[in-house]
Amino acid sequence: MIASRFTAPSAALGRLLRRRPSFPRGLHLAEHKDTAGLPIQRLPFAPELIVPMLQHIGKPAIPSVRPGQTVVRGEPIGRADGFYSLPVHAPVTGVVRAIEPHLLADGRMVTAVVIHTLEAADQRVLWRTPRDVERLAGPALIQAIQDTGLAGMGGAAFPAHAKLAPPEDAVIDTLIVNGAECEPYLTCDHRVMLEWPAAVMAGIRLAMRACGARQAIIGVEDNKPDAIVALTAALPADGSVRVQDVATKYPQGAADILIYTLTGREVPAGQRSSAVGVLVSNVMTLATLGQLLPAGEGLIERVITVAGPGVARPGNYRVPLGTPMRYLLDFVGARGGVREVVLGGPMMGPAVASLDVPVTKGTSGVLVLTPRELAFETRPVRACIRCGECVCVCPRGLNPCMLGLLAARGEYETMVADYHLEQCFECGCCSYVCPANIPLVQQFRVAKGVWRKRSASRAA
Amino acid sequence: MNTTRLELRTTPHIKAGRTVEQIMRAVLLTLVPVCAFAVWQYGLSALALIVTVSVACLASERLANRLRGEASTLGDWSAAITGVLLALSLPPGFPLWMGAVAGIVAIALGKALFGGLGHNVFNPALVGRAFVQAAFPAAITAWVPAYAPGRFAEFIPSTLTPPLMQPPEVSAWAQAAVDGFTGATPLARWKYDGVLTPATDFLAGSVAGSTGETGAVLILLGGLYLAARRYLDWRIPVAVLASAALAAWLFQLWAPERYPGPLFVLLSGGLMLGAVYMATDMVTSPVTPLGVWLYGALIGVLTVLIRYFGGLPEGVMYAILVGNALTPLIDQYTPPRAFGTGGGR
Repeated sequence: MIASRFTAPSAALGRLLRRRPSFPRGLHLAEHKDTAGLPIQRLPFAPELIVPMLQHIGKPAIPSVRPGQTVVRGEPIGRADGFYSLPVHAPVTGVVRAIEPHLLADGRMVTAVVIHTLEAADQRVLWRTPRDVERLAGPALIQAIQDTGLAGMGGAAFPAHAKLAPPEDAVIDTLIVNGAECEPYLTCDHRVMLEWPAAVMAGIRLAMRACGARQAIIGVEDNKPDAIVALTAALPADGSVRVQDVATKYPQGAADILIYTLTGREVPAGQRSSAVGVLVSNVMTLATLGQLLPAGEGLIERVITVAGPGVARPGNYRVPLGTPMRYLLDFVGARGGVREVVLGGPMMGPAVASLDVPVTKGTSGVLVLTPRELAFETRPVRACIRCGECVCVCPRGLNPCMLGLLAARGEYETMVADYHLEQCFECGCCSYVCPANIPLVQQFRVAKGVWRKRSASRAA
Repeated sequence: MNTTRLELRTTPHIKAGRTVEQIMRAVLLTLVPVCAFAVWQYGLSALALIVTVSVACLASERLANRLRGEASTLGDWSAAITGVLLALSLPPGFPLWMGAVAGIVAIALGKALFGGLGHNVFNPALVGRAFVQAAFPAAITAWVPAYAPGRFAEFIPSTLTPPLMQPPEVSAWAQAAVDGFTGATPLARWKYDGVLTPATDFLAGSVAGSTGETGAVLILLGGLYLAARRYLDWRIPVAVLASAALAAWLFQLWAPERYPGPLFVLLSGGLMLGAVYMATDMVTSPVTPLGVWLYGALIGVLTVLIRYFGGLPEGVMYAILVGNALTPLIDQYTPPRAFGTGGGR
């Protein structure tokens, strides 16, 4: 349900009495964080893992193994092709069955190494190159981070080393650690903060050293008090890192929004967060960095929340990368007439077209929705009645109502030039509240696509 | 796992429960007490008027659907709201056939011509009201007293005027029905006779006026409920009423002997009904935060100006219509500040 008008009076009162840092507008969503109390548990190996060479934004890795070759868990099977690329490591001990194009969740066909799991395969990582992280600095540290194959685990999957490399044109003074986890259902970041606070701190120290930040702020929504307690207890004594509880409000965890909430700085339109001296990193990414780098291991598994009404055994699973979605859903017991499988949260996560796609570095959650949740789909789409609800919730201060009317008329240039369309990051608040059931976000997505194409062809 | 079919849909995958129908239904429900009070005050005639105008609106809407070859839109309840609001804004003894004309014009000219719900520029009910104000100037200012004895047994004589005929004069009937009835609204009495009606009369609803405008308390309660549930934008009535009160107060400061106080301005005429139910029509009011306040303030000030300096004693309708007309312009010139375009804390 939406906004404060639907929340319990006691919760609203609590918020009033103890105001936490926040941002204007946005939504109070039903949290559905039922898996928050379930400890991280391992998922067994699937009989066959499909490990794509491209699980990040950038250039794909180049396979460094041959079909028929035996690989051990942790061994590199693809090497980075340049700076904006990442190596890939074998998530399981087994035999390379094939190197072939495979479908990814986003619809792309990408070269993947298919590994047939050995029956004797166990969870020990058999390949590692431990190093003295305390002595690593500068380009060597960035290189070491690249060697782990780490990509942003919040969803975007941008190569971590490229993000942490200090920008040439700006100085980073603050590292913001994103532990907001504002999407409903998702609790994997919550569990990581609760169970691995030491790894979080280790990762933060490394990241601060890499990007040059003098302070770090961990932003955690106030619906995770136990995680806040665990992190606070693990803070380093020098005071360079602090934990800040922020209001539980969607989309608190969007990078620019969290920067504003925690520092009051507004990233100028069209610029990156380094323009205001800030770097934002997802908390699981940093915890993983804190685990992998000192051990000299590569990224071969990640924690994923598997939840939703269509799941019999929801939970937080530590899943080997390359695990087929079908295997994962079989393991957790899908039920109740699965209608849609969403990767990530229900507000921004894309739906998958096929269950044969593998789990990759950017998969933060798997949400199984049944016909009940999607009942709104049968509602008719009506004309905009200009209720203005979308304007009241847009965290970017846009006028989605006007943008929607312009999109319906195909006036994409006006949308960009006069109504800041490019500032929309598709958080979904406007579509969520729209009583006329207008697919605003989708209209904006199309508008951006067409506009980019047009301006590119104009430039050419 | 056995999946017959996976569906692919765009984000977000969840949605709030609220729908257009829900909003409209809630507005309509809060109008029920206002209607009931009107029927209590004016009896059979009020009931017949509300029913007739509503049916005219619904029938016109359905006909418009047919002509456009689209599914019925009666289910979104917006035509019903237009009908009820229009009826409430007409005099209780308004001839039913004229009421039907008002209803047809409201939907046909005020809404269907623009493309239906969401596309109209003006509040359809006010378009209908403005039309009959111009077409039947005598009938629309023929006021009858509330609480006439026998109001549940017989119609007000003008109510059953045959179609296309002029209604009979009701002043004689009205004076016979309620002793001392002057046949003028408090605003007209102030404007033309310099007589101020006390506030208690307004609250009791014992003043002359349109069918629904004299139940100020019920209108306010309905508005409060809708605002609490966020079915209407509370800023609009607050802006309208506050600016009207402020303007009235300033005029009174300037010339206390000539101008009545804010309370009279707030309670008299259709200001309450207009501020709560007409100016707040979502389709025809701005959506930007600043725009909403400007729009409301404009309507409040215009109402007072028209009442004080215009030829007519009442100005709410025209003030709102002007506000409606300016809405696109207001929206365009009061954009919310987009994130990242200057500022920061």
